[in-house]
Amino acid sequence: MTAIGLLAGLALIFGLLLGYASVRFKVEGDPIVDKIDAVLPQQQCGKCGYPGCRPYAEAIANGEAEINLCPPGGEVGMLALAKLLDREPKPLNVENIEPAKKVAVIDEKTCIGCTLCIQACPVDAILGGPKLMHTVIAQECTGCELCVAPCPVDCIKMVPLPHTITTWKWPYPN
Amino acid sequence: MKLWQFHGGLKLDGHKSLSSESQIRRANIPDFLVLPLLQHIGEPTETVVEVGDKVLKGQVIGHCRGKDCSLLMSTPIHASSSGTVVAIEDRPVPHPSGLTAPCVVIETDGEDKWIECTPVADYSTLSPTQLLYHIAKAGIVGLGGAGFPAHIKLNSKSIETLIINGAECEPYITCDDRLMREYPDDIIAGAQIIRHILGGTQRCIIAIEDNKPAAYQALLKAAAKDQDIEVVLVPTRYPTGGERQLIQVLTGQEIGRSELPAKRGIVVHNVKTTRAVYRAIQYGRPLISRIVTVTGTGVEKPQNFEVRFGTLMHSLIDQCGRNKAGIERLIMGGPMMGFALPNEEFPIIKTTNCLIVSSAEEIEEIPKPMPCIRCGACAQVCPVNLLPQQLYWHAKAKDFQKVQDYHIFDCIDCGCCAYVCPSHIPLVSYYRYAKAEIRAIEQEHKQAELAKKRHEFRIFRLQRDKKERREKLQKMKAASNASKEAAIKAALERTKAKKEQGSSNEQK
Repeated sequence: MTAIGLLAGLALIFGLLLGYASVRFKVEGDPIVDKIDAVLPQQQCGKCGYPGCRPYAEAIANGEAEINLCPPGGEVGMLALAKLLDREPKPLNVENIEPAKKVAVIDEKTCIGCTLCIQACPVDAILGGPKLMHTVIAQECTGCELCVAPCPVDCIKMVPLPHTITTWKWPYPN
Repeated sequence: MKLWQFHGGLKLDGHKSLSSESQIRRANIPDFLVLPLLQHIGEPTETVVEVGDKVLKGQVIGHCRGKDCSLLMSTPIHASSSGTVVAIEDRPVPHPSGLTAPCVVIETDGEDKWIECTPVADYSTLSPTQLLYHIAKAGIVGLGGAGFPAHIKLNSKSIETLIINGAECEPYITCDDRLMREYPDDIIAGAQIIRHILGGTQRCIIAIEDNKPAAYQALLKAAAKDQDIEVVLVPTRYPTGGERQLIQVLTGQEIGRSELPAKRGIVVHNVKTTRAVYRAIQYGRPLISRIVTVTGTGVEKPQNFEVRFGTLMHSLIDQCGRNKAGIERLIMGGPMMGFALPNEEFPIIKTTNCLIVSSAEEIEEIPKPMPCIRCGACAQVCPVNLLPQQLYWHAKAKDFQKVQDYHIFDCIDCGCCAYVCPSHIPLVSYYRYAKAEIRAIEQEHKQAELAKKRHEFRIFRLQRDKKERREKLQKMKAASNASKEAAIKAALERTKAKKEQGSSNEQK
């Protein structure tokens, strides 16, 4: 009888402790989502089928999405996700991965100032106003291509970043 | 003076006598000067001249992006002779990538006319900040080979030891040797100026490798006037001339890559940089030329030249006389850390210290790399105590986390490990590859962070705009409701008043 009472008492104490700890040390948000989000390239291009990198990270964390849907992240990104989540690496599901980073360039002579691209840009990297010329802030453009489709006059082109001595990297030795 | 020793290193065949015995010659003024707008580590400069402009020797043609260069990691580029700007375009520049970069091309007029220079009358009356401003304006960078802007390195507080580096440890190169023999007074005067800028350092050591006795004697003689300057012979051992290796030899302190020597109260400057500082302060002359060793079996008379920046390499080789055997290979820099160039059509820039022109007979065929046999010879010679073998495995496997765990960024690219490797593995190429990839990944991470911040702000902005619009609408609705009510009330009152009036009229 005393044994049962003692155990019940202990269970009660630990239960209360755990209950208190869960309230006291509650973690805001989902830490795994943050970790996945940190690995994603943050282009916000939506090529994975989710509206931005964080929604994709949430979908992966919930087990709704595969880890091989992010083309800008490439194989390196997929491998990093596989390592982080301890999942089996999978080949990317897209065929044409362009390795060279691109930025959007607006042909300012053709631009009619419709603001559609400004609304499409996920990182607010396009400057301009209604019926005024628009331009892309090249340093802030992530190359997501979301502004290309909405343009009614097709004046936005994706231009690969120039290859200069400051962007050049030592190649892998043969 | 007690000397220490760094781990590893190599005793190399110097090949210095090829070029060390003839006087420094002034190279001819070439017909065209090709001046790249980036010749240092840091931010590139912007042109301040246009095609067709007449320029004078020493005139600024590339200015840093900002008003005051002394605050930036950048330094101006000056015209190295007088003439006309004929083009501003991309030209091949001496860089391992073999790519082109923006250059200013000047057709010289042969007059070689200086722009007006303003020397500092008495440097001891000026504050360090004022002197740094002069040095930054003169476009001085570290002339030992790295090209780090001198005013950034000199802008250090509480420095106790100034080391003037005259070690010149790489084979073939003799430009520092000749400079020390011919202009020892300039170097001493430059060292005194630098000491003044650093707030009067306790010690000032000029270090020379013991394979240059003539340079040692010359500096000893010149330094006799100044009791505070010590001239020290250090043992000849590659890479003693490396900044951190020289510090270790002279002070016994081992400093990792993550720490700056200035944090430990030590600053190291090359002898050529020291002379450039002297000329900039004493004569107000900007940096427009440097001493370059042209050596190897491909030239008839290997020697040192005082060369204007922008002079093309082929003109310099012509002045040395070509050997009949022909040129098989051209290396800029030393044989250990330099890189091969595909042809001679590259300009001499601020970081060009040596050209090794080789004929076919000098070149040994590099055997094909064989598998690593884990002999450990590389670890024995590494001057920074790394494990080159481990670095090689992980770099080869592209495991960038592991190479960082093995401190790849402490590697100074000296090439000792590759030199001793019995399997002839190009180890340094692997390390350079890994370092470049890691830097690129870090850069991408930074950009991703920025994009994330901007995306989050955009979401916040859209929500805020929506809320504001809704509130505005509600306010407008409320306002219109109020005005409607007021109108109804007013109408009611009017009719009431009319009624009253009507009834009162009737009463009348």
